[in-house]
Amino acid sequence: MIAKLFGFHGGIKPDTHKDESAREPIRRAPLPARLIVPLRHNTRAIARCIVEPGQKVLKGQRIGEAEGVLGTAVHAPTSGTVVEVTHHVMPHPSGLPTGCVVIEPDGEDRWGERVPLDPATCSTRQTVLGHLRDMGIVGMGGAAFPSHIKVGTEKRAGTLILNGAECEPWITSDDRLMRERAPAILRGAEILRELVGATRILVGIEDNKPEAIAAMREAASALDPAPEIVPVPTLYPAGGERQLIRVLTGIEVPHGKLATEFGVQCFNVGTAEAVHRAFDLGEPLIARVVTLTGNVERPGNWEVLIGTPVEDLLPLVDPRPGTDRYLLGGPMMGFAMPDLSVPVVKGTNCIIAASPELFPPPPPEQPCIRCGACAEACPADLQPFELYWFSRARNFGKAQEYHLFDCIECGCCAYVCPSNIPLVDYYRFAKSEIWAREREQNAADQARERFEFRNYRIEREKAEKAARLAAKAAETKAKLAEGAAAPKADDDPKKALVAAALARAQAQKAAVEPKNTDNLPPAVQAEIAEIEQRRKQATGQTDDAPAADGTAATGDEARKARIAVALERAAGRRGEREQEEP
Amino acid sequence: MLTAVLVMAVLALVIGAALGWASIRFKVEGDPLVDQIDAILPQTQCGQCGYPGCRPYATAIANGEADINQCPPGGEEGIRHLADLLGREFKPLDESHGVEKPKSVAVIDEQTCIGCTLCIQACPVDAIVGAAKQMHTVVDPLCTGCELCVAPCPVDCITMVPVPETVETWKWRYPVFKLEPAA
Repeated sequence: MIAKLFGFHGGIKPDTHKDESAREPIRRAPLPARLIVPLRHNTRAIARCIVEPGQKVLKGQRIGEAEGVLGTAVHAPTSGTVVEVTHHVMPHPSGLPTGCVVIEPDGEDRWGERVPLDPATCSTRQTVLGHLRDMGIVGMGGAAFPSHIKVGTEKRAGTLILNGAECEPWITSDDRLMRERAPAILRGAEILRELVGATRILVGIEDNKPEAIAAMREAASALDPAPEIVPVPTLYPAGGERQLIRVLTGIEVPHGKLATEFGVQCFNVGTAEAVHRAFDLGEPLIARVVTLTGNVERPGNWEVLIGTPVEDLLPLVDPRPGTDRYLLGGPMMGFAMPDLSVPVVKGTNCIIAASPELFPPPPPEQPCIRCGACAEACPADLQPFELYWFSRARNFGKAQEYHLFDCIECGCCAYVCPSNIPLVDYYRFAKSEIWAREREQNAADQARERFEFRNYRIEREKAEKAARLAAKAAETKAKLAEGAAAPKADDDPKKALVAAALARAQAQKAAVEPKNTDNLPPAVQAEIAEIEQRRKQATGQTDDAPAADGTAATGDEARKARIAVALERAAGRRGEREQEEP
Repeated sequence: MLTAVLVMAVLALVIGAALGWASIRFKVEGDPLVDQIDAILPQTQCGQCGYPGCRPYATAIANGEADINQCPPGGEEGIRHLADLLGREFKPLDESHGVEKPKSVAVIDEQTCIGCTLCIQACPVDAIVGAAKQMHTVVDPLCTGCELCVAPCPVDCITMVPVPETVETWKWRYPVFKLEPAA
């Protein structure tokens, strides 16, 4: 047993408002007319769609393939037909669309093939991690961080912590889950313990959930070694990962380090239940428990299929008149829903109907009076007022020096601020600006590199071309020098070139011979020879006759004489024609 | 008196030698200021500043030949950074070099492209792929939006399309609202 609990700095105690929704057991939400399953569950990775419109899908069938390091698979939450693959508004403060698969349920809710996996008998670790990824298991606490990445870190953790603190007001989904499905959660925890190589399991539950603590203790007593169920003091944000680790183990995870490096791994209770389903039943993550509460008639918890539009859930609880907006997540860290058609995703734990009575609009922002109340409340040991000034002045370098990225955006500082400054909005603004700048800087560095390489390439190509031309010129010159030495010793390279070309052409002409006279039988060869002989004789009688007389020089005269005779003949014929015609 | 003069002379020699050695041993290649300026410039390589690329412009600023307000893609913020670095006064962007625009990328209408390769030759970051008489296309993530490919296209098939905001690139808005006088 844990002898002593530790504390963390700061924290606040807002009204919990948990009783409203924690009374009723978890009910199953009816099938909606359409499921809009986003291919993305966090901002970092999007799955690749592997279905087409018109295709029939079965419950649990994979419709999105994991892509990238942080990618996880996406599955059809029920059986039906894919209507379209489109862009739809995502439950994200931006209200921007993202890739979604729209499925029309056929009402049969027919399971596809379910493949359980026993991690104990599994040959390689890679198979186990691949199973987690392909079952689409992500953190169910809200951030939807892929579990296979968390489990897959090299470093072994000695302690596995299950986070059942659920510190944020209004939310009771983990509370009901622990009350009703404690054995499943602990079974998942045992699988996770094996995967991370831990020796003990600690379950941290805030002490305002006695029923959940009792149910978990009962389930734990049946196990060996029994997980320790530890009630922790109710203090927001005890459910923050670092805060819970600090409370349970006393380990303070330093800036820039991961909890694994200190032998601790932390998972949400909902994640543990999903892990149990994935390994023991072969069921992917296709549904989750969502708290529907706030300004409604019948608050409670529902098991909702991923992709169910929020507007289809509202009739289950009957929002009271006066509801002016809906919050996704808790009142401390959640955000107003951009549109009522947004689907429930793996990280959606709560939907709150907000009215001006329950959540009065914040009074106008006043200047900071440097009271330091925010620093006293900050559970991350930061100086929120400094971060506020630097963020407001857009002095992001300085904000980072004051460890802006250690801020968990819990909202304690804004809650206690007597000047009603929306401090977290400033931190979120500064963080996203810094990320955008990093992206821009990376793009600029890449552009610089590519620009410099292009210039280098152009220079190189120029140099190569010049070298090629120079080499060719040198070669020609050398050839000329060779050719010029032979017949005329002509210095003009052009003339020499022409002469060389002529000589080449002549040589080629001389080399041309009838090609079809080779490889013939001797009889045919003899015949050809005979024909050639006859041809020679035939031409020789006219031409060779004078030469045969022995005077080669007279050949020319004889030709001249013949020409003269022919000319006379022609003149005579012309004269005859002239006499006849007139 | 003589001793003092000697001591001073020897000291001067020793220190002079040490300085001379240090200036050779620790010589800095290139101008570090140019690198610092280049790091601030957006690397669009668009040439709107009047220099053939960001680095030549950085060199020109370092040499005092160019002013700091000639880079439209860097915008007001870039000028502020340059002013901080160089210890000069901020001055508004020189409109004669262009105006600040939202980040865009070039998009080639692939139906119209005749495959002349002129845009490929114009692209300063080799972000266009294609071959003679083959369709060309722009590799979006590499495009800096410099618009240098738009003018050479003989069939005007290149358009600049502003990059839309996505869930990944979305930024939280500045929480301070400007007060405006009621009309």
